[in-house]
Amino acid sequence: MDAILSDLISLLITTIRVSTPLILACLAGLYSERAGIIDIGLEGKLLGAAFGAATVAYLTGSAWIGLIAGVGVSLAFSGIHGLASINFRGNQVISGVALNFLAAGLTTFLGATWFARGGNTPALSGDARFGAIHFPFARELSGVPVIGPLYSGLLSGHTILTYIAFLAVPLTAWVLWRTRFGLRLRSVGENPKALDTAGMSVMWLRYKALMITGTLVGVGGAYLSTAQAASFSNNMAAGRGFIALAALIFAKWRPFQAMFACLLFGLLEALQYRLQGQDLPFIGRVPTQAMQALPYVLTILLLAGFVGRAIPPKGLGQPYVKER
Amino acid sequence: MSAPRIALPRWVDVVLLPVLNVSLAFLIGGIVVLAVGENPIEAVRIMFYGAFGYGYGFGFTLYYTTNFVFAGLAVALAYHAGLFNIGGEGQAYVAGLGAILVALAVAGLHWALALPLIMIASALFGGIWALIPGYLQAKRGSHVVITTIMMNFIATSLMSYLISRVLKPPHIASDESERVDAMTRVPFLSEWIPMLRNTPVNISFFLAIAALVGVYILIWRTKFGYALRTMGHSGTAARYAGMSNAKLIMITMAISGALAGMIAVNDVAGAHGRLLLNYVAGTGFVGIAVAFMGKAHPIGVGLSALLFGVLYQGGQELAFTMPAITREMILTIQALVILFTGAMSEMLRRPVELAFIFSRLRGHDPDTQPKLAAQEDK
Amino acid sequence: MTSLTPETTQRPEVAAGTDFAIELRKINKRFGPVHANKDIDLEVKRGTVHGIVGENGAGKSTLMSILYGFYHADSGEIVVGGQPVIINNSSDALHLGIGMVHQHFMLVDNFTVIENVILGAEDSALLRPSVDKARRELTRLAEEYGLNVPPDALVEDLSVGQQQRVEILKALYRGADILILDEPTGVLTPAEADHLFKVLETLRNEGKTIILITHKLREIMAITDRVSVMRQGEMVKTLETSETSPEQLAELMVGRRVLLRVHKEPANPGDVKLEVKDLVVADDQGTERVKGVSFTVRAGEILGIAGVAGNGQSELLETIAGMRPANGGTITLNGEEVTAADEDYAAFLRRKGLAHVPEDRLRMGLVTNFYEWENAILGYHDEPRYGSGLMLEIKAAKAEAKRHIEKFDIRPANTDLKTANFSGGNQQKIVLAREMERDPDVLIVGQPTRGVDIGAIEFIHNQIIKMRDAGKAIVLVSVELDEIRSLSDRIVVLFDGQIVGEADPETADEGELGLLMAGVNNKKAAVQ
Repeated sequence: MDAILSDLISLLITTIRVSTPLILACLAGLYSERAGIIDIGLEGKLLGAAFGAATVAYLTGSAWIGLIAGVGVSLAFSGIHGLASINFRGNQVISGVALNFLAAGLTTFLGATWFARGGNTPALSGDARFGAIHFPFARELSGVPVIGPLYSGLLSGHTILTYIAFLAVPLTAWVLWRTRFGLRLRSVGENPKALDTAGMSVMWLRYKALMITGTLVGVGGAYLSTAQAASFSNNMAAGRGFIALAALIFAKWRPFQAMFACLLFGLLEALQYRLQGQDLPFIGRVPTQAMQALPYVLTILLLAGFVGRAIPPKGLGQPYVKER
Repeated sequence: MSAPRIALPRWVDVVLLPVLNVSLAFLIGGIVVLAVGENPIEAVRIMFYGAFGYGYGFGFTLYYTTNFVFAGLAVALAYHAGLFNIGGEGQAYVAGLGAILVALAVAGLHWALALPLIMIASALFGGIWALIPGYLQAKRGSHVVITTIMMNFIATSLMSYLISRVLKPPHIASDESERVDAMTRVPFLSEWIPMLRNTPVNISFFLAIAALVGVYILIWRTKFGYALRTMGHSGTAARYAGMSNAKLIMITMAISGALAGMIAVNDVAGAHGRLLLNYVAGTGFVGIAVAFMGKAHPIGVGLSALLFGVLYQGGQELAFTMPAITREMILTIQALVILFTGAMSEMLRRPVELAFIFSRLRGHDPDTQPKLAAQEDK
Repeated sequence: MTSLTPETTQRPEVAAGTDFAIELRKINKRFGPVHANKDIDLEVKRGTVHGIVGENGAGKSTLMSILYGFYHADSGEIVVGGQPVIINNSSDALHLGIGMVHQHFMLVDNFTVIENVILGAEDSALLRPSVDKARRELTRLAEEYGLNVPPDALVEDLSVGQQQRVEILKALYRGADILILDEPTGVLTPAEADHLFKVLETLRNEGKTIILITHKLREIMAITDRVSVMRQGEMVKTLETSETSPEQLAELMVGRRVLLRVHKEPANPGDVKLEVKDLVVADDQGTERVKGVSFTVRAGEILGIAGVAGNGQSELLETIAGMRPANGGTITLNGEEVTAADEDYAAFLRRKGLAHVPEDRLRMGLVTNFYEWENAILGYHDEPRYGSGLMLEIKAAKAEAKRHIEKFDIRPANTDLKTANFSGGNQQKIVLAREMERDPDVLIVGQPTRGVDIGAIEFIHNQIIKMRDAGKAIVLVSVELDEIRSLSDRIVVLFDGQIVGEADPETADEGELGLLMAGVNNKKAAVQ
């Protein structure tokens, strides 16, 4: 019994760990897409931010300065995306695709040039990494049955970035539904003309949304290289940006649902590690590839309307042209 | 009414602006090279020498070009129908399965007989993998961009399972299939042209040239192409004309996937002679850059595929000579090309338009006043 | 763009002695070679309803867009309440107390009424106080002006008339003293329009100033105090409404005697060519828009279908043309049942002898990015004369395009020019030539002269009559009642997806047709 419980707890701990960057990237995408801008480039931003954070954290020895650098890189990418899709009214999908390649190319190229480790950064240690935060009495309670593992294991012991990610969920919901900014954000993704004729700047609002996107996904990238792992390695985003995008669609562009979708996809990833090489009763050996593919298969089924229906914001992907 | 747009001469749209955009991408690439302490001009020299200077390099250049033509045409064709097929990567990967299954099944058959079969199988597998998102777009309204991305990942998982668990023979350590029989394998050009010895360029190169011509004819000289372009510009107009959007979308996606599938003929049945894990290695994505740079026109696609072939082969050479510049530099340039020719193509248009107005106003020649596009009625 | 000086953002104190809410002086605006506004002077008296009439393209909307800060005038002066101001954007206009109700509503469909009303006019970073305030305000405005709308309803669930009220509420909530309405009745039923006019009267009596842009003279006569006429970018004249007549206004608008009646011989109807029976059609959202429509059209006659826009005309046309599946009923062409079961029946119907000039030529009837010759074969490209097998015979297509250009005097006469570079009238001629030259048995025509210059209107009308005289059966759908009356041999009126009456164009008067279009089923109006 205890073994099963601790097994389960450890699975959930892994789930939370791998869901953290997904949630950050997914919420980031939510701000962008709610404002009407498709963000295929989440993957690239995660990667760029992870590289920026690891590099600067290594050079300065501070995870926090690394975080700022990571966010900076991600914001720069958002800026280019904004320039392309807001100012030059370019194709947002193409811009995102380009940024993904740019991140993949630049991180490895610069990494290899600067550190000569085939694109990886040197290992981070001490303050250059985000350490786990332990809640009060976590150690004392850890022996207590049920409550112990839940409190000390599951809730306590994550890095600050994980807590930020989970706090960002209710915060986003609050911003979206309860604030002036949220109202304008939602309107600009649905019908930008409504905002324009009300005397507000569509362009500025979309840039604001993209800045939030850049910041959140930047934190997610920093998490990958300075909290979850201890260095940047080649292509370390490994499709997480796309999983986040899938989760966003799955959640129908709503914050709490986005969190649950990310947790679900995170659980699938955790199960992948857990079930590797193990035989399940009745099923036999589950190929890890099936688990890897599952989030994408689920999203396609949803998109196809076989499971519910995902209706994106109406103005999504359309550059705003002021004309009548 | 929108701000009037100047109708620029055709050559500006077709030649000048793309060239300027590509130059900009390379200029920035050059700055990056400079930033890591190398000489960009020397880098370009080494690259061109590596790509054209001797038979071995040239053979590789042509081999890469072959792949990029197929990948670029896949994106370009779909683009004319208003569809953005990002799934060339996955379609080519799955096509590899069709290619290897047939190639192994007919092992020992002379290549001239096997090649059509392998092509059909590759086209079929790649086409079906593209048809799924096409069907979902046509019948269920799911956006083809998102579904093709998802299909890429699903292809990666599926193929990795099949290669490592099913196709891999016990006597081979790495994840790859059995080798294609030497008789059946698509022959290298070096059999006829000794200069190209030890290079992977094979008969598929001519298939690529044929595909360029074929796609041109398909888009601009056939009734299907006319319908496809109508839909690409306006789905409503296509419906008005009695064309079935759903059918057009599905057929276009299938052809697009089949084109991407030809990469398998070049690689699996030719260059590699077996199905390797992750054999496509980003070729499908290069197709996006190739298509945009080539303005989705077969001539443009051919030229930009060649340019990328030079970049990829020359880039290898460069990585040997200038260790500071790794292969990923090419990926960076590829990204910049997509960015400037695809997403930010409007950036340089305005300055060019202004330059035209200015030069003509100075000319004081009323006949050459820039023609203004007619105002559309409200 | 010049920076906004602080004093212009504040509402100017009413300068003593000025009667004018708005004064425009020597306003000029060019779009490339098009001089949309030429030296426009306009004075709008405070507390009046001021109409601005003019044909499509006369420059009314451009002028109002300048006033609302959408465009910046090339030259000229704007004076609001006696103070010269600079209006750089909509925000400036709103600060000056100018509100606008756009022809196409600027609403967020999946927002509630309250959310739409406060958007951009929120008082604080948090929504709650604004929502509460807006709720109180909406109640007050509803009582004061009869502007009732459920505040918590989603806009997409409201009727068009209610949505327009939300637009007006938005302006009033922002404290607008001057309200600009751009073609407000285009989408309204006559009853809704009447309600709107009552609201406007109340607003005027409360001291608000209203500018009404329209091309409908009846509305001008009914509601305005003064009226300004625009023609081809120029302000022709401003008159007291009580001292003018529709005839005078029409003449001023057009600049010459209007040919209200097209010359035509009496119809000579032959066999039934098209029969529509109990037709039911739903729109993309699944809402039934055509609810059991039946009619027949004979060779050599024009059947006019009158009605306010949005009463099912578009769906009806699309289904007859084979672009939209029917949900019930039958369509018979030349005695053969051809009811569309899917959205790709158009080609099949063309082969059976049906031609279609669509309502929306830019989105439907043409591909503006195509060369002229490519549009000359749109819908007919599959015919063997443009190539027998899979190949398209470009030479044949260009030859056909050249024939159209000559016969319909399409200018410029260049088959290799992008269609976007043709004027509205010439684009319409490209469509008409294509559809008429095919020598169809049945021609269905939607809004043939929408956005078309006057010279081309006459030409188009004459072509339609010529088709009729050649023994074709013609269905004409138009929201322009005059057009319907002058061209049709029989008129049916469509209201809420049903035919509510039939009338003879010679005998029926405008009032009776108006009642029918409003859904008032007056037996007397149903002549015959």
